[in-house]
Amino acid sequence: MSLGPHLFLALLEGTVTALVLALTALGLSLVFGVMRIVNIAHGEFFMLGAVLAWWFGSLVGGSALVGFLVALIAGPLVVGAIAVASDWLILRRIDYDPESTIVATIGLLYIIQQIVLTFYGGDAKSVEAPIYFRVSFPWFGYSGYKLIVAGMSALLLIGTWIVISRTQMGLYMRATQQDEEMAQAYGVPVRRVYALVFGFGAALAAAAGVLVVPMQQAHYLMGLDPLLLSFIVVIIGGLGNLRGTLVAAFVIGITDGVISVFFSPTLAKILATLLVALVLVIRPGGLFGDEEA
Amino acid sequence: MSRRISGKVLVIHLGIIALLLVAQFFLSPYHHINVARIMIFAAFALGYNVLLGYTGLLSLGHAMFFAAGVYGAGLPVFYLQFNALEAFATGVVSSFLLGVTFGLIVIRTSGVSFLIVTLMFAQAAFLTTLYFNEITLGDQGIVISQVLPPLEVGGAVLEFSDPDVKYNAALLLFGITFLVCIAIVYSPIGRVFVAIRENEARTRMLGYNTYKYKLVSLVISATISGAAGAMYALLFSYIGSTFASIEYSIFPLLWTLVGGMGTLIGPVLGTGLMFYLVDIASGLTESHLIVVGIVLVVLVLYFPKGLMGTIREKWLPWLP
Repeated sequence: MSLGPHLFLALLEGTVTALVLALTALGLSLVFGVMRIVNIAHGEFFMLGAVLAWWFGSLVGGSALVGFLVALIAGPLVVGAIAVASDWLILRRIDYDPESTIVATIGLLYIIQQIVLTFYGGDAKSVEAPIYFRVSFPWFGYSGYKLIVAGMSALLLIGTWIVISRTQMGLYMRATQQDEEMAQAYGVPVRRVYALVFGFGAALAAAAGVLVVPMQQAHYLMGLDPLLLSFIVVIIGGLGNLRGTLVAAFVIGITDGVISVFFSPTLAKILATLLVALVLVIRPGGLFGDEEA
Repeated sequence: MSRRISGKVLVIHLGIIALLLVAQFFLSPYHHINVARIMIFAAFALGYNVLLGYTGLLSLGHAMFFAAGVYGAGLPVFYLQFNALEAFATGVVSSFLLGVTFGLIVIRTSGVSFLIVTLMFAQAAFLTTLYFNEITLGDQGIVISQVLPPLEVGGAVLEFSDPDVKYNAALLLFGITFLVCIAIVYSPIGRVFVAIRENEARTRMLGYNTYKYKLVSLVISATISGAAGAMYALLFSYIGSTFASIEYSIFPLLWTLVGGMGTLIGPVLGTGLMFYLVDIASGLTESHLIVVGIVLVVLVLYFPKGLMGTIREKWLPWLP
């Protein structure tokens, strides 16, 4: 292949990555924005989604499509419930103190990871794609499922945007984000909003996990990568800034795709990581964030 | 806290070192080697605690300093036939230099940003060890016991495969680190560190250049961590990218929190306790790291001050 098709492939891969990444990072960003906490266990919710997709798939048996649809609905619900429970059992009790929360979520990371290791095992397991077809371009064929993943992610992103901008819950969330005390004074049930946001953020990551698993196998250690990538995205986009998160997911996803295709995926990650760390040092609010964030 | 080191404090801390010195004659071979490991990790935790416990900066990237020590010592042994002393020196210098470079960049950030930046840089360092796997052999790592020459000190020949050499070298590192940390805590610099931890804005207002002090604290912390890494590589003769992985950033945090941050005995106690807890758990189940998770959550919920922090608060307020 010559340069053109290569670049096209890189952009295509980049777009799929970007949309899935946006979904994962949006959850992290939402939690940071509304609750002002950093959730180190976010990647584990992604991993749980992937593992549940495998589990539901083998539970339902028969058609891969049915298993996938069940997983896509039930997976995020289960993971969301787990997140809400951890919010009530742990985070609430330490009053969302930033540093304690970080330590607690590191603890949560290990607990989730090791429980999955116990019940699911240490092997990577693959899940059959629910739909299999190839889209043929003049230069290469491309997995149709990947395009469906991109489409589903886009739909979920739009859905999230509608929830945030058009529903009462979204209004509560935005009010809490702006000023927690004032929101409470106006009757917003802030504690419940926190629990729901934490659950919702986890559910988004889990949905991304379910979508991704037919493309990469489910493994109990797969959570670290999405966590770090989400950090990168959320930082460049501005901590807690949802629109910035989307833009950043595209910037990172596509750059990652291009560097991975032309050089090496590891190099792409090293460069992205260093770049972001530098961004954070120079502009603590992120590239698209406001300075005081 | 008084400014002079009191007799009581000195007796207790020297007592711990003496206890470890005597203990080697009574420990079974299994515990003998474990305690040697624990002492090195305790030095790592002590270094970490300078930054977290006494300066109030939570880092999630200390694996890179430990790994800088590991690689800084191990690679020259493997490729350049350095002896143990030279290798230890290059290990310490590498982590010192990494500490300075990294510190100059990240000390500007604080709180949550500091934590994320340290995590990201450490991850970049980890990936770098994988990327250059022609040199580092990445995951697989390098065993250096074949190439590391025995060390001759005053006529005695020290073989690093000898458990007694391991134990006493580890004890030497631990003892020196422990004493250095006591000296730091009681020194004027140490008091500025604590002032920064308690209230950075006020410290700055009093005329201290907090940026400079935080940098110094980070460099001390990095160098001690690197010394531990270098010693670990030499004594246990293995260098690999595991030491740069996120696990090795979380462990010193865990050890310090268990023992009580901002105490000197705490990180030592925490390291020993967690080492055996994980060791016992690994005999019971494959998922033994769940202990780490449970301990972290329980600590945050019920014992935010850790073991020694609680003891100091209740009974021994004079402990450093």
